[in-house]
Amino acid sequence: MNWSEFFNMGGYAFFVWTSYALTLIVVVANIVSPILQRKKTIARIKRAIKREAIINKSSS
Amino acid sequence: MWNWIQRFSSPKHFYGMSAMIIPWFAISALLIGVYGLYLGLFVAPTDYQQGESYRIIFVHVPAAWMSLFIYMVMATSAAIGLIWQIRLADMVAAASAPIGASFAFLALVTGSLWGKPMWGAYWVWDARLTSELILLFLYFGYMALQSAIDDQRSADKASGLLAIVGVVNIPIIHYSVEWWNTLHQGATVAKLDKPSMHIDMLIPLLLMAVAFKLFYGAVVLVRTRNEALYRDRNRRWVRELIEKL
Amino acid sequence: MLNAFYHLLIRDLRLALRNRHELANPLIFFVLVVSLFPLAVTPTAEALQSMAPGVIWVSALLAVLLSLDRLFKQDYDDGSLDQLMLSPNPLMILVFAKVIAHWLLTGLPLVIVAPLLGMFMSLPADAVSVLVYSLLLGTPVLSLIGAIGVSLTVAVNRGGVLLSLIVLPLYIPVLIFGANAVDVAADGLSVKGQLTFLAAMLALAASLAPLATAVALRITASR
Repeated sequence: MNWSEFFNMGGYAFFVWTSYALTLIVVVANIVSPILQRKKTIARIKRAIKREAIINKSSS
Repeated sequence: MWNWIQRFSSPKHFYGMSAMIIPWFAISALLIGVYGLYLGLFVAPTDYQQGESYRIIFVHVPAAWMSLFIYMVMATSAAIGLIWQIRLADMVAAASAPIGASFAFLALVTGSLWGKPMWGAYWVWDARLTSELILLFLYFGYMALQSAIDDQRSADKASGLLAIVGVVNIPIIHYSVEWWNTLHQGATVAKLDKPSMHIDMLIPLLLMAVAFKLFYGAVVLVRTRNEALYRDRNRRWVRELIEKL
Repeated sequence: MLNAFYHLLIRDLRLALRNRHELANPLIFFVLVVSLFPLAVTPTAEALQSMAPGVIWVSALLAVLLSLDRLFKQDYDDGSLDQLMLSPNPLMILVFAKVIAHWLLTGLPLVIVAPLLGMFMSLPADAVSVLVYSLLLGTPVLSLIGAIGVSLTVAVNRGGVLLSLIVLPLYIPVLIFGANAVDVAADGLSVKGQLTFLAAMLALAASLAPLATAVALRITASR
């Protein structure tokens, strides 16, 4: 397997590898984004729970 | 049976069940994807007309198919949510949109990168690329409408209706653009022909397409779980869940 | 039911005619925008003629888009939309009446002014008549599809740009066939196919759009 030939992609290296790199980026973004979203949502709910606990305490 | 559907589609139940399903989708997507990439990059022969640059199709075409597939799923879920008032369906629709839009974008960019070596220009008003661009606009419209309306139920129903109107329009748009494009197939633009599909090229293509769909399955389930948590944030099942975390 | 249809149509027309100067706006916009193009390029007859179908059609599209707001906004603000939705008559029919009124007030004037603009852009006479036919078939479709968009965004504050984002992709098939019909006519070829397709889109839009609009109104505008 001639690696340098492989990476060269018949002269089209830029186009082919940029495409695959972008694909990787989109795939990774689609993995990372929901994970971050989940963290944010959980943090938000936790804050809401705290807020309500404080309100309940102060009103009772 | 209706009772079963109602129980099955409760966000709480879904949340529990999806945790078991997601790894299956993720792992199979990974395995099939890696194998497909291996076949596509190392095993598939060089194309007679296009040399090595044709290998972009192994990501470009699956991305384009994916964007269309996801739109269909989105519109179908939205229709189910609209007609039968199943909230889970609305959540799936909302969760699908950003995924579909990102793949439409990927299809456009890889198509453009494929176009430069093939046609000599980064952007050409080719029928498929143009249709894909319009599909991206449809996705943006859906997401914009979702975020513009404050009340969650109204937002779901309104954007759901928009998705259904969009689905009806997709064949019309596709036909119009194809028709428009055949008129303008100038002498300056070499006709974009998919390389004649040798079986050794077709198999990796199909494998990648399947891998992408499985990937979507995993991601949409994760996103839908997030939607369920957020939308039911004031309900007991979420509160109990969060306190355990 | 036909009674309600007729009266709603007349009422919308009458209300609009009370503010006659407002009606002229989309029309003036149309003429103004088309006039910008010769000013922006070397106005040789050839150059103008080649861009004329696209320029006139896109300007018409934008003029209709800008005028869509009047379809439901005022009624939504003063509560008459709620009344319409409470009516025993099918909302679909009432919507249809409003859309027809809208087209008579904004689309039809565009059609009438089109020959003038054809002249501005050096279109040959055959092409001008096809321009009129294509706009005559196309502008109602624009009003109908636009109605769906407005009904989805009527309750959104400053929903103007959102409306464009939603509606413009749906306008594209009309644009393609309308502009192409004029283009082809300028070369002296037959436009039967294009006009037939426009007519088909009109039939489809006329039957489905009012229904979709009614559903959208019930989703977004009921309080």
